[in-house]
Amino acid sequence: MNQEPLRFLLRGARLVDPANGRDGMFDVLVDGARIARVGRDLPADGARIVEMPSGLVVCPGLIDMHVHLREPGQEHKETVATGTAAAVAGGFTAVACMPNTSPVNDNAGVTRYILERATEANLARVYPIGAVSRGQKGEELADVAELRESGCVAVSDDGRPVATALLMRRVLEYTSMFDMPVIEHCEEQTLKGDGVAHEGFHASALGLRGIPGEAESIMALRDIALAELTRGRLHIAHMSARQTLDAVRYGKARGVRVTCEVTPHHFVLTDAMLGAPLPYDTNVKMNPPLREEADRDAMLAGIADGSVDVIATDHAPHHADEKHVEFDRAPFGITGLETAVALCFDRLVHAGVVSLARLVELLSVNPARVLNVPGGSLAEGAPADISILAPDMAVTIAAASMRSLSKNTPFDGWTLRGGVAATIVGGRAVYVNEGTGLKL
Amino acid sequence: MKKDLLSIDDLTRDEIYLILDTTEAMREIGQRPIKKVPTLRGKTIVNLFYEPSTRTRTSFEIAEKRLSADTLNIAVATSSVQKGETLADTALNIEAMAPDMIVMRHASSGAGHLLSRICRSRIINAGDGMHEHPTQALLDAFTIREHKQRIEGLKVTIVGDLLHSRVLRSNVKLLTKLGAEVWVSGPPTLVPPGIERFGVRVSPRVDEAVAGADVIMMLRIQQERMHGAFIPSLREYFHTFGMTRARVALARPDVIIMHPGPMNRGVEIASDVADGPYSVILEQVANGVSVRMAVLYLLAGGVDVD
Repeated sequence: MNQEPLRFLLRGARLVDPANGRDGMFDVLVDGARIARVGRDLPADGARIVEMPSGLVVCPGLIDMHVHLREPGQEHKETVATGTAAAVAGGFTAVACMPNTSPVNDNAGVTRYILERATEANLARVYPIGAVSRGQKGEELADVAELRESGCVAVSDDGRPVATALLMRRVLEYTSMFDMPVIEHCEEQTLKGDGVAHEGFHASALGLRGIPGEAESIMALRDIALAELTRGRLHIAHMSARQTLDAVRYGKARGVRVTCEVTPHHFVLTDAMLGAPLPYDTNVKMNPPLREEADRDAMLAGIADGSVDVIATDHAPHHADEKHVEFDRAPFGITGLETAVALCFDRLVHAGVVSLARLVELLSVNPARVLNVPGGSLAEGAPADISILAPDMAVTIAAASMRSLSKNTPFDGWTLRGGVAATIVGGRAVYVNEGTGLKL
Repeated sequence: MKKDLLSIDDLTRDEIYLILDTTEAMREIGQRPIKKVPTLRGKTIVNLFYEPSTRTRTSFEIAEKRLSADTLNIAVATSSVQKGETLADTALNIEAMAPDMIVMRHASSGAGHLLSRICRSRIINAGDGMHEHPTQALLDAFTIREHKQRIEGLKVTIVGDLLHSRVLRSNVKLLTKLGAEVWVSGPPTLVPPGIERFGVRVSPRVDEAVAGADVIMMLRIQQERMHGAFIPSLREYFHTFGMTRARVALARPDVIIMHPGPMNRGVEIASDVADGPYSVILEQVANGVSVRMAVLYLLAGGVDVD
C-alpha cells in the first residue's frame, strides 16, 4: 500500500461512472490527487501501471452521508480515526457525520475540531453536519451560516426530529440561502412514545412497546408540506416505513425539493429478527426500527424505481457493555460502514433489484449531489476519490475483525457476495484488500 | 424439557400435559401433615425479584421449601442493583455462587433470555415485562382442567388490558397450543397489534366475547392507564368491560371466573362476581404452589436429578 500521491494508471477494470455516462472497460490515469485522464487503452506516459485483477469494478468513491463518529464526547464508542478507518475498509471515500456528539456540533469550534481530527486520521474525507438547533434542543436555530463557513455541509437534529413545525419552517427558509439540505430524522415523538421496536405482531408477541410506521410518515408529511411552502431542501434520513415512501413520492410528484435515504438494514432485515434467531438481540434494536416485510419490500421497490435517492448506513456504534443489557434499556443503533457494500451487492445487484450503475448512483453520485460536495464523478480533473469493488468476492462478515471501535452488528457471521478491493482518497490508496490480488 | 422455562414456546404439548399431571402429584404433598419431600435437597434456588411481587414470590418460595431446596431471595431494594450494577453483572455474580436454578421476575421483556445466555443455571421466568409469565398460564390451565376435565374445545374468554399483560401472552400461547377456542376482549387501545395471528378471536364487544364461554379470565387494569389515554376513567372501564353478574349470565351456566391477581374490585370485576360461586380465584393461588413444584421438579431433571 502506498500512502503517497503519485501517478498511476488503473488498467483492465470495468469502470462504472454513471455521472459521465461510462460503463465499460476504461483506463483511469491518476495524477497526484486528481483524475488526469479516462479513456480506452491509455498510454502509461510514465505512470505506474496497475493491472487490475479480473472481475473488479472501478467507480467514483462511495459516500456515506449518514454516520455517527461519536467524537467529541463518546470516544469509547468510536472516534473520527476509527470511524474513518471503518469507512475506507467499507469502500467509502467520504462520510458525513451527524451532530449529536457531546458537545453537540452546533458551533464552529466543534466543527473545526472534527475536521482537525479527520485531517490527523487522513483516511476518508469527513463532512460534518451541523445541528439545526442550538444543543439540538429544538428551540433556537444554531448559527447555521457559521457552521457552513466552518465546513458543515448540511444541518440536522438527527437522533430526534426538528422539534416543531415552526422551527422546521424557519430552518428550511434560512438554509435556502445556501442551498443546503436539512436532513430530518422523521419521528412524531408522542406516537413513538417509549417504543423500542416496530409495532406489529413480533413486538406484540415479545411484549415490546411498539413504534408504528406512521410515527415516521406523519413527520415526513409535515416536513414535505413545509418544504413545499418554503422551497427549502429537505432530505429524509433512514426511511423505513412504506407510508413514508408514499409521502416522498407524493412530494416528488408535486415538485417539492425532497430526497431520501434508506439504510441497508431496512432493505435487508425485518422485525422477525426480534424473535429469531436470537430473541431480544439488542443488535436488532435501532431507530427507526426494523419494520415488517411489506415495508422492507417497499424499500426495495423504491430503490428499484428511483424513488429512493441514497443508500446511507446510519452507522451508529455503541460499546458492547451498552448493548449487553435488557432490550428496552439498550441504546438504538448498529454499525454499518463495513457491511454496506456486501449487503448492497448481495441483496440489490445480485438479486436483480438494481444495476451496478444504479448502485453507484445510490452510494456515490446522489449523496454527492444531495450534500453538494465534490465526488460522485470520475471526470478528468475531479478529485481521485475512487472505490474499487469486487462484486463476486465471497465475504464473511466478522464483527471481531472490524475496524470500527464498536462491533454492534446483526450481520456477524453472514456470508455475502460482493466486497471491497481498495479505497483511494485523493490519489492515495488508504485501503487495499490484499486478498483480491490487487497491488496499489 | 429445555434448560430453561422462559416462555410457553419452550414447552411442547406433551410437556405441558406432563407438568399438569405432575402437578396432581405435587398437590398431594401439600395435603400431607408434613408438607415436605427431599426431592430437591442440596439444590440451591435463587429467587431474583426485580419487581415487587407478593403472590408469585411467595408461591415459588413455598414450592421450593416443600421440595427441600435451599432458597435465597434477592429483592431489588436490598441488592446491588441500587448501586447501578447491570443485570448481566448481577447474573455473573450469582452464577459464580453456582445455584442450580434462578427464578426471576423483571420489568423488562426478555430479561430472562439475557440471563439465560449468561448463566448455566436453569432459569425460570416468573414474569418478564409485558412478555410472559409461563407458570401463571400453567396454573391457570391446571385449574381449568380440574374443573372442566379438558382444555381442548373449551371457549376461554380473556378480558382486560391485553396490551400490557404477560399473563395474556402466556395464556394465549398455552391455551391455543392445547386446542381451546380463545377469545380476547378489551378496549382497542389495549389490544396488542397483530394479536389475531396467535389464533385468537378479538372482539371489543365483551358481551359477544363471553357469550357461551366455559371460562372467563379477567386481567387487571392498572390505575395509571388513564395517563396514556388508554381509557377515559376506571368508572367508564367498569361500565364497558367490567365483569358483572349480568355479563357472567351470558356465559355457560357452569362457567368459571379466573383472575391472576392482584384484582381491582369494582374496576375489572364486581365484588359479587369475584366472591361468587363461579369464582376459582383462590383455587388458582393454591394451585400455583403445586404447579411451581412440578416445574421445579421437572426442570431439575425429574427423578434423575442431574
